[in-house]
Amino acid sequence: MANSSNGNYAIKADKLSVYYGEFRAVREVDLGIEPRRITAIIGPSGCGKSTVLRALKSLCELIPSVHTEGKVVFGGRNIYELDVDPVEVRRRIGMVFQKPNPFPKSIYENVAWGARINGFKGDMDELVESTLKSAALWDEVHDKLDQSGTSLSGGQQQRLCIARAIAVKPDIILMDEPCSALDPIATLRIEELMHDLAKDYTIIIVTHNMQQAARVSDFTAFFSLSEDGKRAGTLMEYGETKHMFTRPEKKITEDYITGRFG
Amino acid sequence: MNKTYLRLTVRKPSLNAPIVASQSDPNAKVPVQQMPDLRRRPRLRELTINGFLFLCGFLSIFITFGIVYELGKESFLFFRNRQWSSTNKPLAADINPEQTVFEVEASGTPLQTDMNYRIEGEIIHIDAIDGTSLTVQRGFDDSQPAAHRAGLTLEAELRPNLLEFITGTEWAPHNGKFGILPLLTATLIVSGVAIVVAVPLGLATAVYLSEYASPRAHNTLKPILEILAGVPTVVYGFFALTFMTPLLRSIFGADTVNIYNMASAGIVIGILILPFVSTVSEDALSAVPRSLREASYALGATRLETALRVVVPAAFSGIAAAIILAASRAIGETMVVAIASGAGPNFTFNPFEAAETMTGHIVRISGGDMSYNSVDYNSIFAVGLMLFVMTLILNVISQRIVRRFREIYE
Ligand SMILES: Nc1ncnc2c1ncn2[C@@H]1O[C@H](COP(=O)(O)OP(=O)(O)O)[C@@H](O)[C@H]1O
Ligand SMILES: [Mg+2]
Repeated sequence: MANSSNGNYAIKADKLSVYYGEFRAVREVDLGIEPRRITAIIGPSGCGKSTVLRALKSLCELIPSVHTEGKVVFGGRNIYELDVDPVEVRRRIGMVFQKPNPFPKSIYENVAWGARINGFKGDMDELVESTLKSAALWDEVHDKLDQSGTSLSGGQQQRLCIARAIAVKPDIILMDEPCSALDPIATLRIEELMHDLAKDYTIIIVTHNMQQAARVSDFTAFFSLSEDGKRAGTLMEYGETKHMFTRPEKKITEDYITGRFG
Repeated sequence: MNKTYLRLTVRKPSLNAPIVASQSDPNAKVPVQQMPDLRRRPRLRELTINGFLFLCGFLSIFITFGIVYELGKESFLFFRNRQWSSTNKPLAADINPEQTVFEVEASGTPLQTDMNYRIEGEIIHIDAIDGTSLTVQRGFDDSQPAAHRAGLTLEAELRPNLLEFITGTEWAPHNGKFGILPLLTATLIVSGVAIVVAVPLGLATAVYLSEYASPRAHNTLKPILEILAGVPTVVYGFFALTFMTPLLRSIFGADTVNIYNMASAGIVIGILILPFVSTVSEDALSAVPRSLREASYALGATRLETALRVVVPAAFSGIAAAIILAASRAIGETMVVAIASGAGPNFTFNPFEAAETMTGHIVRISGGDMSYNSVDYNSIFAVGLMLFVMTLILNVISQRIVRRFREIYE
């Protein structure tokens, strides 16, 4: 692994495999994420990017047939140990999904909800305001906080989802193709927002868009299907974005980045 | 529409012309490009099916209007027509057409002043009563004063009015008591009990089925619920009478709980409508997209928090519709109340007492002999109309709620 780590990862996958029933969708991934940096995960469709992301925050086990092997080390613990509470893990790792999915509640409630269920005791109005400001949404919605979150435009909805995620003060934010349903201008706003957030948060973003990965990320992980015919996703190459996009080590990475497959 | 059709008709020959030319002259030097045939085609099958579907839709609307018309017509008779009911009180002596003071026998139901009575074809209006002696106006309401023989009985005029109908606390149409409140409260109490039973149980079942149950549990429970929905209501009626009532009596004491009582019928109707609440609510819950649940879990919500504070509110309109649907089903339920909640109107708010609901009253009265346009006959149509209006109001409310709170998930 060609990165500048000093070994202090925000979260680290260690020989992580994920199975849907018998099918191994992700095979033995070793991936250490640098704190307060943006790490992009790229790779062709179906190579397990979303699966890895879910596995990092214990979301996979909501699907009954899924089981994992290997470790995910977070906060000094393997989150798949039996005495680790997945609910607590999920709270500390936020997630933004591919399609904006605000709750059909008011904008205010969308932001406040997560904090509320996690026992937030402070000034809720203040939390909502500061969170919406960090999500670069306050100016657009401050006068209609009681409107439904679903009434906003797609880009605004996605920023609301980001606000919702950061309102619970997570350590890490995972984003699964957060801009794929948005137009270029909304995409740009989200990318700017990610830059700001990276001062305080560790961000992992899955993206289909090579330019986006190059623009926003400090590190890039390239996933692809294994070449043994079993169609399991594996980590092919991982390193600093500027190296990956200029001098990739593997041929397959270069082919993918230059658009020759995928 | 018309314009387009005209234009197409006009262009028809020119569209075809090149094709005809190329066919008639295969050796033509200049190859003519084959034009597609764009003429409008008659689609008979489409048309027939269209017509058939329209007829089906029309039929259901027609039937609805028919029912409303019939109910309305008969209840209109009830409110407009004067009804006559025998007092069994005979004249004590023969009277002549001019006589305004005369004697009646003491037997029969008591008479009242300022009321109209009928003797044969003549209507009289009683101004004063002094023991068995009456002071009356003869030939009232354009009837002809005539001589009447001793022994003829007086018939009392019954004239229901809308105000009495909705505020009166006594229902005995043949005695001139037209207050529907006893029937209405009984209906509301029975369906209230049913809703109190069905909503928590049905909602809990729906949440369990859609959020917690494993596919196996789901596949076992769902058919059982459907069986519950398929049991004939008469069976539920006897279940109420022979199981629920004894159970209530053993819990609350036989002195408190009448053999026929509204609570027992209400609880059993609650069980009867439970499948409505649970299946319709479950559909609403399952329609909430997975992504909302994921968002909730991703924020560190537990399963219960996700189910009760994200999924249930997101399905609110569907659940409200389910509850209202079930409520109107409970209000209209007849067999169980006819069997288990007692015969005879009773104005009470105690669910352990016997009282007749609107539906129960209608079946009991219509079970006996009735002549057309009699008080009893017309009165049950008025009750039926009331029932119809209540369920109509519920339906309107439900539609409002659905429209106001519906979230459209693609
Ligand atoms: N819920 C699921 N059940 C079964 N297989 C799944 C499920 N989700 C994803 N998969 C499979 O796992 C593989 C990886 O999927 P995914 O992680 O969504 O890929 P990506 O996000 O890289 O496109 C695919 O082959 C997909 O078919
Ligand atoms: Mg994906």
